[in-house]
Parts: sequence; structure tokens; C-alpha cells
Amino acid sequence: MSFPILSTMILLPVVAAFLTIFLSANAARWTALATTLALFVLGIVLWQAYDIGGPQWQFVEQAPIFGQKFSWALGIDGIALMLIVLSVFLMPICILASWDSVQKRVPEYMAAFLLMEAFMIGVFAAQDMFLFYIFFEAGLIPMYLIIGIWGGADRIKASYKFFLYTLIGSLVMLVAMLWMAREAGTSDIPTLLQYNFPVEAQTWLWFAFFASFAVKMPMWPVHTWLPDAHVQAPTAGSVILAGVLLKMGGYGFIRFSLPMFPEASASLVWVVFGMSMVAVVYTSLVALVQTDMKKLIAYSSVAHMAFVTIGLFAFNRQGIEGALIVMLAHGLVSGALFLCVGVIYDRLHTREIARYGGLANNMPYYALFFLFFTMASVGLPGLANFVGEFLALVGAYEANTWVAAVAATGIILGAAYMLWLYRRVAFGTAAGEDTASMGDITAREWLTLAPIAAATIWMGVYPESFIAPMRNDVTAILARIEHAAPQSDSNLKMGDPKTLAKAHEAAHGEAH
Amino acid sequence: MSIASSLLLTLPEVILSASAIALMLVAAFAGDSATRFVNGAAVAALVAAFFALGGEGVAFDGLYSADAFANFTKPLIYLAAGVSILLSTRFFASEDKLRAEYAVLILLATVGMGMMVSATNLLTLYVGLELQSLAGYVLASFMRKDQRSAEAGLKYFVLGALASGILLYGISLLYGFSGTTDYHGVAMALADGVNMGELFGIVFVLSGLSFKIAAVPFHMWTPDVYEGAPTPVTAYFGSAPKVAAVALLVRVTIEAMGSAVSSWQQILIFTSLASIVLGAVGAIGQSNIKRLLAYSSINNVGFVLVGLAAGTEAGVSATMTYMVIYVLMTLGTFACVLQMRSADGHHVEDIASLAGLSRRQPALAAAIAIFMFSLAGIPPLLGFWAKFVVFDAAVAAGLMPLAVIGIAASTIGAFYYLKIVKIMYFDEPAEAYHPVGSYVESGVIALTALAVSPLGYLAIPMLGAASAVAAKALF
Repeated sequence: MSFPILSTMILLPVVAAFLTIFLSANAARWTALATTLALFVLGIVLWQAYDIGGPQWQFVEQAPIFGQKFSWALGIDGIALMLIVLSVFLMPICILASWDSVQKRVPEYMAAFLLMEAFMIGVFAAQDMFLFYIFFEAGLIPMYLIIGIWGGADRIKASYKFFLYTLIGSLVMLVAMLWMAREAGTSDIPTLLQYNFPVEAQTWLWFAFFASFAVKMPMWPVHTWLPDAHVQAPTAGSVILAGVLLKMGGYGFIRFSLPMFPEASASLVWVVFGMSMVAVVYTSLVALVQTDMKKLIAYSSVAHMAFVTIGLFAFNRQGIEGALIVMLAHGLVSGALFLCVGVIYDRLHTREIARYGGLANNMPYYALFFLFFTMASVGLPGLANFVGEFLALVGAYEANTWVAAVAATGIILGAAYMLWLYRRVAFGTAAGEDTASMGDITAREWLTLAPIAAATIWMGVYPESFIAPMRNDVTAILARIEHAAPQSDSNLKMGDPKTLAKAHEAAHGEAH
Repeated sequence: MSIASSLLLTLPEVILSASAIALMLVAAFAGDSATRFVNGAAVAALVAAFFALGGEGVAFDGLYSADAFANFTKPLIYLAAGVSILLSTRFFASEDKLRAEYAVLILLATVGMGMMVSATNLLTLYVGLELQSLAGYVLASFMRKDQRSAEAGLKYFVLGALASGILLYGISLLYGFSGTTDYHGVAMALADGVNMGELFGIVFVLSGLSFKIAAVPFHMWTPDVYEGAPTPVTAYFGSAPKVAAVALLVRVTIEAMGSAVSSWQQILIFTSLASIVLGAVGAIGQSNIKRLLAYSSINNVGFVLVGLAAGTEAGVSATMTYMVIYVLMTLGTFACVLQMRSADGHHVEDIASLAGLSRRQPALAAAIAIFMFSLAGIPPLLGFWAKFVVFDAAVAAGLMPLAVIGIAASTIGAFYYLKIVKIMYFDEPAEAYHPVGSYVESGVIALTALAVSPLGYLAIPMLGAASAVAAKALF
């Protein structure tokens, strides 16, 4: 058996978390940074060693140390790989972002983040349904503490809302998992992916999983915990929340709901489409009227996540690949936007849009980065989001033209609220002396924003690097679900050019 | 079967009874100055009784059964009883109320609990239960001059006597309609259809036992008794008698009423759901930590009954697994409660006094947080596994509505456990506790916290196998 790299990636941050608790503030910062960087390196190694076109599940580890009900089974496919890479990429940035802004109880803060990282990697690497559930739920504890201890003024309510909302959704999913493990006789995810559940049971199971993932995603109307959690969480907490935790919902849909219950997914596609269409239009409009920057970006997250659900349930390659890219791109871009908010929040200690203005004058580099990520979020071609949203919309059009039409309005609305936000913050005149005298971004802030900007351009210009590992997995999922794909209304006829020409000639000849 | 081999099978109870009587004499002659010796000797007796376990067979012509189920449950009871004795010394010493009878009473109760677990006859059941209960009434009012303690004892006694009456009435009905008090005889009588008299008997027996495990709607005594009794006694009430009563309930329902599952299953489903919901809702408004834990115990009994309601071997095994984990969490939590002492050395029970504990005593706060998250059933703590197995059993038995409602209601429970964590971690520090270390308390806290931490998952194969063997003995 080869080196257990996935177990290492999960256990290393746990061990480091225990160490940091006993350290001084500064030592805790450096330990956390070193650990997350080491994990980033491991993540890159993982990406390099991943054999594209090889077996579907790689780096498989199996240790039956928990008895018969579930086991320590790890393994990743391309989708999980990319999400793990995203997590380990964002983590050192989060630690850097909290370097100065978090001053109280630093060791505990770093420990909570390291635990969070372990659980996130665990969620994506778990190959056993119950192990997945354990990691999925375990992440609630550190996030609850992060929001509750280091959050803003109204943090208590936000932390409760976050915890209880997510918990109730997940518990229903647990009952469904228990039933599935009984029915299929195993909790091994690769086996379950090939198991055909009875069609009549699929609907119930689908709704049970939907309850959990829709909350996590979050989809309208169960999204209301997200704006609260985002606004109250410290900057790095928001980055992780938007960057990785929301992706667990999408990951759940693609790992469980679609391939395990294809018939139910097909017959209930209208639920997803309906909720997503409302989300795109409604939350975009809500974002438009926000006066709090973080809230605005939080609502924009809900709108972007709706593209993910629309793409996933389009039942075709473009849709699913687009959704996956939107997940990755949104992880980068919304994370970066929260970092941008954090930069000016650290200086002025307010998130009120009206308190800013004219930042392009005194913080030119900041204004540049902010503009860059605003454009990325809007979906400017050449940057990450465009690729994903375009593919998702193409996929949606193939599935249902009305959905595509409504979803496309989201892009226009997105441009409206993001550009307006940018105008109010960066242009115009400063709202006050203190705003005008804010200094430009420091070297540390450069270190947090520049890598994300680079990754955003990479994903926008050459998305193949990111799609390639996932392509075979999308094929595998399509093979499971295509037979159930719902009837499309777009009547696409990608006719063969030769036969088209012949038909044309024939018609021409007859006319003579 | 000869009397000698019967006595050999009941050796653990014989050892405990003999030591209890001997220590009572010591206490009578040497007075309270011998308390520490009596406590030590009592723990030694419990250890001796543990090593005397292991025999399997039926003693006294079917009145008493030593089997895998009893051998699984009794060590747990001995452990809980032993820890309650160890935790008591410092508590009573600090209140200047060291009494030598404490350990004696616990030993006598333990004999009763051993009988409860091993009883295969309705009369042995009753005698064991009464022995345990009478010792319990005295223990509840152990701080004689403390009004709350006296009130707790009286309340516990009056309501307990009522419950015993109900139970006895149920037993008499079962005896009258089946002609026997033997579990297997009753089971055979129930196998050919349940008539009205037998049904009433079942209902009364289950009502009486519901009182003993503090399940809704017979739970009313719990908060008052938990609050009023001295904290080590509360720790004891929350652990050992609960294990014994649950084990007793399991044995009665499976061995004596196993042939009429449908006539008691719905009762258990109702008590289970009612306990889960009421325990959770009732706990929300509490400001006293012991009252809160009382409601938490009602809530937990609801989850235990989910496993039993399944009525299957897997269900019983899940129930016993739950009890093991529950006892660990309860003992740990109460050891933490014992650490809550104000600057002048008095014990405080106000939840608000926990405010900001994470900054004053980070280790203690972390331990309490582990217990709270574990009681709430949040993975990766071991409390999740307890809930997992009982719901797994319920799903396997096809009780989907029970599983879905029960598990959804556990979110309400999570709310008040989170409240404790919030007070400790998010609020500004309140007045500091009097940091007097005690190796016993710290040891209990550290060991139980370690056991319910994710490391405890490594023990799952062992625990699962042992509880499966225990459950098999009943079927």
C-alpha cells in the first residue's frame, strides 16, 4: 500500500490544532500558517499524482477500524480532487487574512480553522457514506465557534441560526442514509453509486438529501442563515464559508442526489429549477438594495449557487461541467470579495457602503483588485466565472429554454449590483476624512489577494486544467443519469452538415 | 440446581451484600470519622464484585439469571456506583457533612440493581427495584438539614411509592391472568393472544417502570430530585439506577412480553417521542445546571426507548450501547458540575456562572463543551454514535415515522446544549470559580472526555460486539 496521503491530510491539521492550543499567539499563527502551507503542498502533490484517465477512484484507503457499520474509507475522484485543492489553496490565505485582524484568543482561533480544514478535506475524501456524514456535520462545531467567538455584534443569533438550520437538514438526511445502507447492504459510496434504488423510494430519499444540501448550498427559500452568518463571521470565516462550505451542498448533489436517485432527480427537476429561478432573480434584487457590503456579497452567493443547481440538474455534460466550474470559480472569487471587504473593514471597522467612496484615489491597488474580482463575479470573459456560467447556461438551454432565459437575467442583475457596489465604494468622493486617509493594501494583503487573482485568470483563460481531471467523472455520472433525463423543450437539432446539404440539394432539385 | 451453585452464580450480589452489612457495622461503631475508609472499602467491594462476574446460568429455580446481558450491564452499574462514591468524598467534606452511610447505601442500591438486571421473575424484579429505590430515597435527602434535599427525598419517596404501587398492580394482573410470575411463563401466556386483563397488566407494568427511568409522562419528579439531591447523588441517579432500570425494562419487554410486541410497541413509541420532545423543550428555560441535566436525561431516555421500541435484537444491542455512552457522558458532566465552586468554596449551580469559563478555566470549559456537543449528538463525538445505532435499529425495524420525528426533535435538544457552549465561550467572564483541584474529579473528567472524544470511535467494534452478545442472550 502506498503512502496514505489523504489520511495524512486529514490528521495533520488535527494534530496541529491540538498543538496550537498550547502555544502563544504568535507561535500559533506561524504554526497554523506552516501547517496550511504544508497541506497546500500536499494538495499540489495530490493534483500532480492524480492520474487523469486512470481509475475513477484514486488514492484509495480502507481501514475497517470502526466495526461493521462504517469504515475509514478514503478515496477521491477528479471532482473531489479539485474541491480539496480549492480548500487547501484558500486556507493559508485565510490564516494570512486573520494575521492582524484577529487579536483575541488567537490559539483557539487557529485551532478552530485547522480543525475546519481537516473536516473539509474529510468531506471530499470520504468514500463511506457515514464517514462523509460525520465530517459533514463535524464542520458545524468549529464554524459555530468561529462565528460565535470572533464574529460581529450580532454574532450569537447568527451562530445559532447557522448551526440549527444546517443540523436539522442533515439529520433528515441521516435517516435516509440509514435506510439506504439497509437496502443496499453497504455504506460504501462507489458501490452505492452503482446500486439501483427502487424508483418509488427514490423520491423520499431524494427529498431527505435535498433537505440537507439545499440548506447547505443554500437555495432559496432556506438561504436565510447565510446572510446572517456571513455578515457576523470574521473575514476568514466568511471566506471559508463562501469558498468551501457552500460547495459541500453542490458536492452532495453531484455525489449523492444525481447518480444515486436519477429517476427522482429527473421527476423533481422542476423543484430545483423553480427554486433556482426564484433565487437568481429574487436574491439578485435583494442584493441590489443592501447597504451592508458583506450582505450584498452573501446574497450574490445565493444567486451564483443557483447557477450551480441549474447546471447540475440540466442532465447534460455542459450543465454539469459548468456547475462544477462555477463552484470552483465562486469559491475563488467570492472568497476574494470577502477578503476585499475585510481589507477596508480592518481600517474603518464598518461594512456600511455609504461610509466609503473614492477609494480609487487613496487606495489604487486595492481599487484594482476590487475591480478585478468585481468583474470576475459579474462574469467577464477571460475570468473564471464566465466559463462556468456560460457552460451552465448552455446546459440549461438544452434542458429547458425558459430556465435558461430566467437564469440569464441573473447575469444582468449581477452586473447591476456588483458594478453599483463598486461605484459607490471606489469612485465618487470619500464619505469622510477617515475614509480618505485610509492607506493602500499592505504586503500581507497583497499575499492574500494576488494568488487568488492569478488563479482566477488561469481558470478563465485555460479552464482545461481544471475540467480535465473531472471529465471522466462527469461521463460516469452522465452514464448513470442520462436514461432518466427529462424531456427537453429546446428541440436542439445539431444536424450533420453532410445530410443537411443533401437535404437542401434534394429540396432544390424538386423545385426545378 | 443446588443452593451452592445458585449462590456461586449470585456471587457478585453476595459480595456486595456482605460488604454492605460489614461496612454498616463499621459506620455504626466508628462513626463518620471512618467515612474515607468506608468509601475506599466500598469501591474495593465493587471491584471485587466485578471480578466475581462471568458466571452464566439460572439460579434459584428461575428467579435469577446470570447471562451475557447481566454481565454486560453490571460492570457499567458498578462503574457508575464506584465513581459516585469517589466523587462524593470531597463534596461532602467541603460541606462538612461526611457521612459513612453514603457508601453503604450505594452498595445496597447496587445489590438491588444487580437483582433488577438479573431478575427473570416478576417478584425478584420487584424486590430488587424496591431495594434500589429505598436506598435512593434516603440518598436523595442525604443532606438532612438542607431543605431542598429533604424536599427532594420526600418527593421522590411519595411518587416512587406510587409508581411501585402501579407496578405491583400490573404484576398482580399479569400473575392473575397468566398464572405465573416467571418471565417465560408470562411470555407463553401472552403468546396465544393478549386478553384485556393482560393488556392492563402490561400497561401498568410499563407505567411503573417508566417512572423509574423518568420517561414522559412519568417524569415530573426528575427535575426536582435532580436539583435537590446533593450533586454526587444526582450523578449517581443519572447513571447507575438509570442503567439498571433500562436493563430491567429491556429484559421485561423482551423476555416476558416478547411474544406480544405489538401490544407494547406503540406505548414505547409514544413515551419515546414524548420524552424526546418534552425533555428538549423543558430544558430550554432552565437556569439551574442540574435541572437542565435532569431534562437532558429525560430527553436521552427518549432516545434509549427508540432502540427498545424496535423490539429487535439490533434494537436491544443499540439500547445497551447507548447506555454505555450515556453513562460516560453523565458521569463526566456531573464531575464538571462538581467543579463549579464559588470563591468561598460553596457549590454553585447557576448556569449563568459559567459565563466566559473558556477564558478562566479553558480545560474545564473544553471538557464541558465536549460533553454538551456529545449529548447533542454532533459528530465526531461519541454521543453521535449512540444516536446513530438506536436510529439505525428503528429504521431497520421499519419505524420510519419514529426515526424521522425523533431525529428532527433532537435539533430542539441541540439548542440548549449549544446555549451552554455559548455561555462558556461567547459571553464575557463572570466571577471566577474557586480553583481547587481534585485528582478524582479531574481524572474522571479527563477520562470520560477522552472516551467520548473522537478517539472513542476506536472502541466501537469492541462495544458493538459486546452489546450484540448481550442482546443475543435475551432472544
